Amino acid sequence: MFKKIIFETLAVYFLLINFIQAAESGGMPQLDPEFWFSQIFWLVITFGILYLVLSKLILPKISDNLETRKSQVLDNLELAEKQRSDSEAKLKEFDNIILKSKIDAKNLFNESRKKLLNDINNKRQKLEKEIDKELKIVEADIEELKKKSPDKINKIAVETSSDLINQLIGGNINNSSITAIVSDIASKNKNL
Amino acid sequence: MTQFNVYRIGPEIKIGEIDISFTNASLFMVISTITILLIFNFGAKKKSIIPTKLQLLGELSYSFISKMISDTAGSKAKPYFSFIFSLFMFVLFCNMLGMIPYTFTVTSHIIVTFVLAAFIFVGVTIIGFIKHGLGYLKLFVPSGVPMVLLPLIVVIEIISYLSRPISLSVRLFANMMAGHTMMKVFGSFVVSLGIVGGWLPLSFSVALTGLEILVAFLQAYVFAILTCIYLNDALNLHH
Repeated sequence: MFKKIIFETLAVYFLLINFIQAAESGGMPQLDPEFWFSQIFWLVITFGILYLVLSKLILPKISDNLETRKSQVLDNLELAEKQRSDSEAKLKEFDNIILKSKIDAKNLFNESRKKLLNDINNKRQKLEKEIDKELKIVEADIEELKKKSPDKINKIAVETSSDLINQLIGGNINNSSITAIVSDIASKNKNL
Repeated sequence: MTQFNVYRIGPEIKIGEIDISFTNASLFMVISTITILLIFNFGAKKKSIIPTKLQLLGELSYSFISKMISDTAGSKAKPYFSFIFSLFMFVLFCNMLGMIPYTFTVTSHIIVTFVLAAFIFVGVTIIGFIKHGLGYLKLFVPSGVPMVLLPLIVVIEIISYLSRPISLSVRLFANMMAGHTMMKVFGSFVVSLGIVGGWLPLSFSVALTGLEILVAFLQAYVFAILTCIYLNDALNLHH
């Protein structure tokens, strides 16, 4: 950088020498000192005013503008980021709620099924018990009937056979002998 | 060379023996200053989040120059921002106004650029001595130079330091003057060659106008950035 500047400076010196030579021959208005002080004076005044107004009035305003824009943009970005994370949290919450309700529904379903099955079982057991009871009664009845029936059958058999004999032979035969025979046959049948 | 002539506008004003009359040069200094102030005043007036065109112009210039300063001279140069901003804008507008036909280019006069450069030189030197005391003289003694070469280097450094205001002012003045002279020469070729042969210098002239606008910006930029570099030497003192 500095080398470049030095070279450039040397080149500019050559130019300057040329200009001075040209000025000596043709007259360059730049090297005529007549208005030098006027130019310096007006340069100082205009540049001074420019510097003062720019540095005191205009540049602070521009700087303020830039700062406020920067901060506002940053604020907006922050807000957007916050809202985004908020919405994400909401979404997560929503997902959780859905998951929870699904689990709840499953539980409810299972529970009610269990309850229903229990109920059915209970009712069946109750019914079975009742049926058993009825059966037992009936069986008892049958047993009783069974117990009573041989006697009755014997009696009927005795009566019928005495009637039969009576009709066939026409004489009264001792009932006790018939009873003995019938019970003998009946006991033989039982043993079979 | 008549385009560089300075002439009095209005009465002759004298303070003692010194002539400070209002001239065409003064007129264009005033016009430049007023233009800059108007543009940036309107640019800074409205405070909308989405900037208007003038506001954008002002804010872009602001951040452009503030970036230039912080890149070349670091954060310590912040207090000199206003000065460098004014300097850049003044030189830029004087150069650009000079591009309009029949106007006067303030910066094509060596005395104007030299006063600006000398002010910068003196200011930077004063800042350097205030910040570093006599330690500022270390600027002329680069580190890592063999002892044998040191006297030579110090002499070269001092010469290059002292030539700063000259190189700074002559660079701007010579560029502006050479550009305008060249335009004038090509323009006179157009006139002398007439409708038959004038087209070639005319097209040159058009191209040169573009180049000159570039040079006008570039020279303002170079002027400002060299000021920043000198300021950097004074503020940070590392070689």
